[in-house]
Amino acid sequence: MSVAPPLLAVEGLTKSYGGIHAVRGVSFSLRAGEILALIGPNGAGKSTCFDMLNGQNKPDTGHVRLLGEEITGRKPREVWRLGVGRTFQITATFATMTVRENVQVALISHGKQLFNLFGSAPKFDRGEAGRLLELVGMGGYADRPCGELAYGDLKRLELAVALANQPKLLLMDEPTAGMAPRERVDLMRLTASIAREKSIGVLFTEHDMDVVFEHADRIIVLNRGTLIAEGTPAEVRGNPQVQAVYLGEGLVYDARHREGAST
Amino acid sequence: MAFYVVQFLTGLASAASLFLVASGLSIIFGVTRIVNFAHGAFYMIGAYIAFTLTERLSGAFGFWGGIVLAAIAVALIGVLVEMVLLRRIYHAPELFQLLATFGLTLMVEDLVVLIWGPDDLVGRRAPGFKGAIDFFGQNIPSYDLFLIVLGPVVLGILWLLFQRTRWGVLVRAATQDRDMVAALGVNQKWLFTSVFAVGVFLAALGGALQIPRDAVHHAMDLRIIVEVFVVVVIGGLGSIVGAFVAAVLVSELNAFGILIFPKISIILVFLVMAVVLIVRPWGLFGKPEAPARKTPGLTVNPWRPLTQNERLMALAALVIAATLPLFAGNYALTVGSEIAIFVIFAVSLHFLMSVGGLASFGHAAYFGLGAYGVAFLAKMAGLPMIVCLLLGPLLGCMGAAVFGFFAVQLSGVYFAMLTLAFAQIVWSIAFQWVSVTGGDNGILGVWPEKWAASPSHFYWLALGVATLVTIALRAMVFSPFGYALRATRDSLLRTEAIGINAKRIQWTAFVIAGTTAGIGGALFAYLKGSVFPDNLGISLSVDALVMVLLGGVETVSGAVIGAIVYKALNIWLVSQTDLSKLVLGGFIMLIVVVFPKGIVGMLEMLAQRRRKASPPGSPLLAKPIESAE
Repeated sequence: MSVAPPLLAVEGLTKSYGGIHAVRGVSFSLRAGEILALIGPNGAGKSTCFDMLNGQNKPDTGHVRLLGEEITGRKPREVWRLGVGRTFQITATFATMTVRENVQVALISHGKQLFNLFGSAPKFDRGEAGRLLELVGMGGYADRPCGELAYGDLKRLELAVALANQPKLLLMDEPTAGMAPRERVDLMRLTASIAREKSIGVLFTEHDMDVVFEHADRIIVLNRGTLIAEGTPAEVRGNPQVQAVYLGEGLVYDARHREGAST
Repeated sequence: MAFYVVQFLTGLASAASLFLVASGLSIIFGVTRIVNFAHGAFYMIGAYIAFTLTERLSGAFGFWGGIVLAAIAVALIGVLVEMVLLRRIYHAPELFQLLATFGLTLMVEDLVVLIWGPDDLVGRRAPGFKGAIDFFGQNIPSYDLFLIVLGPVVLGILWLLFQRTRWGVLVRAATQDRDMVAALGVNQKWLFTSVFAVGVFLAALGGALQIPRDAVHHAMDLRIIVEVFVVVVIGGLGSIVGAFVAAVLVSELNAFGILIFPKISIILVFLVMAVVLIVRPWGLFGKPEAPARKTPGLTVNPWRPLTQNERLMALAALVIAATLPLFAGNYALTVGSEIAIFVIFAVSLHFLMSVGGLASFGHAAYFGLGAYGVAFLAKMAGLPMIVCLLLGPLLGCMGAAVFGFFAVQLSGVYFAMLTLAFAQIVWSIAFQWVSVTGGDNGILGVWPEKWAASPSHFYWLALGVATLVTIALRAMVFSPFGYALRATRDSLLRTEAIGINAKRIQWTAFVIAGTTAGIGGALFAYLKGSVFPDNLGISLSVDALVMVLLGGVETVSGAVIGAIVYKALNIWLVSQTDLSKLVLGGFIMLIVVVFPKGIVGMLEMLAQRRRKASPPGSPLLAKPIESAE
């Protein structure tokens, strides 16, 4: 009896820089439509891990499989063609082009029209570009130069761009970093609703625990390059090891501080 | 055997000067992020001043003192240049810095001729190193041995300077992160000035030390700068050890290349550079360049196709241009044809540079290859004109395909230096391979056939082709490919993340631009009736850059306007003065510093300001406020 392979399967991913083991033997999997949060303190190896998933960085050992197909070590552009969208911690957009043109470039690439020399790009999939922008709530900004946008809007534009190839999997590296609290909640709600509706798997890293615990179906915790916990938000919240990693010294300090204050 | 040893030692001796100049360039780049095109000019001034000083001052002390004094004097000139010119453009795009320092180079070339005259000057032999040493029947000049020792000594002194002094620590820190050094309270202005002075000192010293070996002449700046660019590309910009190793490598390749390919020795250097670029694109000792910090507040007006009215205006302008033969004389028509050809050349560079963000400093190579293509086909194969015009540009296309493949592996200043080096290589081939290209004498007698021979007919032909090319390239700007190309310019990270093979897009753009330039060159060959190595020279490449810049780099139609204005001015200027380089150089610096948006950019800005200043319906309200200011 064969079981359908998971959307994303990561197995024994390892990467070191010189003597530093940034990521050590990380394994996890992700189902379609599932929202998985990858958390951990600064320097835990989240970004390294993330970059290895879509080929931005090559692992020393380990495997990344998309629907059973080996994608380890493939180039980012090849991984994208297989249906993996990505947003960056520091947004990467086309600053001198308009918001609509940013989405159109992704659509042109998806439609394999990159070497079309004489077609009209302004008219290219204009409707689809508009729909994607409406979807992320950027419909009113279509003609604005991208360089003028506020940071939160750039993040939403990146989401629209990442959705242009109808991805199966979305990789979002700190999607709400640098946003106001209200915007964070909005963006993650939006992402979650799109993911559930279209059955897209989402993997995101995040520092804001409110965002993580509210939106993630499942959480994996990374510390010093190794996976230390995995489970539902409730399970992870109750895990003493996770508490130690996140709050460890802080609690002790807090207690002493109170003692000092009372005497 | 002895012969090869001597050849090897000669190579090492040549490496000394090359290393001095290249290390100066590297140090300056490391801290200020400016690729100092004028470095060759400083090298040349160093040689000229040293020539004068060593002639005036007598004795051994006079000679060596004169060499050092010359280098110090040029370093002071460098300080002046840094304070007056460079301080204004540290935050400008790289292209502007390269162009400004190139403008300076042009001015120096004319000034040097003005002061020292156009003839080659042969300097004094170095006291104490006048003779030659016998080596198994071969002579080695003892001065060469002195230079061989000098190179490593200077390397050692620089190492001590950077490792052991406070200034050196600051320079190394600034090379890693100059903003951070400034934030730590270091006076950045003086750090930059002193670094520039040291770099220029090294260049001038390199020049001054050459006078016992080589004649001093007014074209030595371009020769050395191209070699230096090759050296820093191979060694890695910013690395002094890299500069040393690459200088030795390049000099040895030159020394032995002459034995293997006597006619086109430069090929060997090119091959090595190509291999290095494939294996380590950032050079043997360089580090991969971190993405540059984008200038904050960069907003470019979004590009849009022409509106109906603008199309009608362009059409009207074209109709007026087409009626020129009805009232203008033959000279005006020839000038008109030349301008039309340069419009083709400028729009082709614009496509690469403004749309693709790849500022080529050697675009004339493809223009010239197109011209040579026509000349070969017409003179050697005897093909009819139409066939030559159609096939000639293919030589530009092939050149662009080969060089473009390597060039697009790099970006920014590396791209600029590499394209320049490639163009210079093509120039050297045209110049040296006399049996095929005619060398300096060129290929003569490439005249148009009867149907295109009269000035008016040729003018219409040139105008027609220019119009077609401009429309085609403009259509490409707004094609899916054009969008993808602009995308690679704005963010390589993002283009890769959405499935775009950026290098292939850029390569394609390079080939398109090269082929188009070749079309211009093909027409140019027929206009002039001849082809010379100058048709692919550096000054022509810079003409193209200035045309695009003058029109406005950030606009779509700037290249056309820039080409018309610049070429008309240029033709007029050359007819008026002998010092056209001086005027042109000054003009380039003026545009860069005062007028960076170009003509079309300025017009757009004015139009926008007017729109903002008078909101519709309230012109009366706006007035009192204006007068109140």
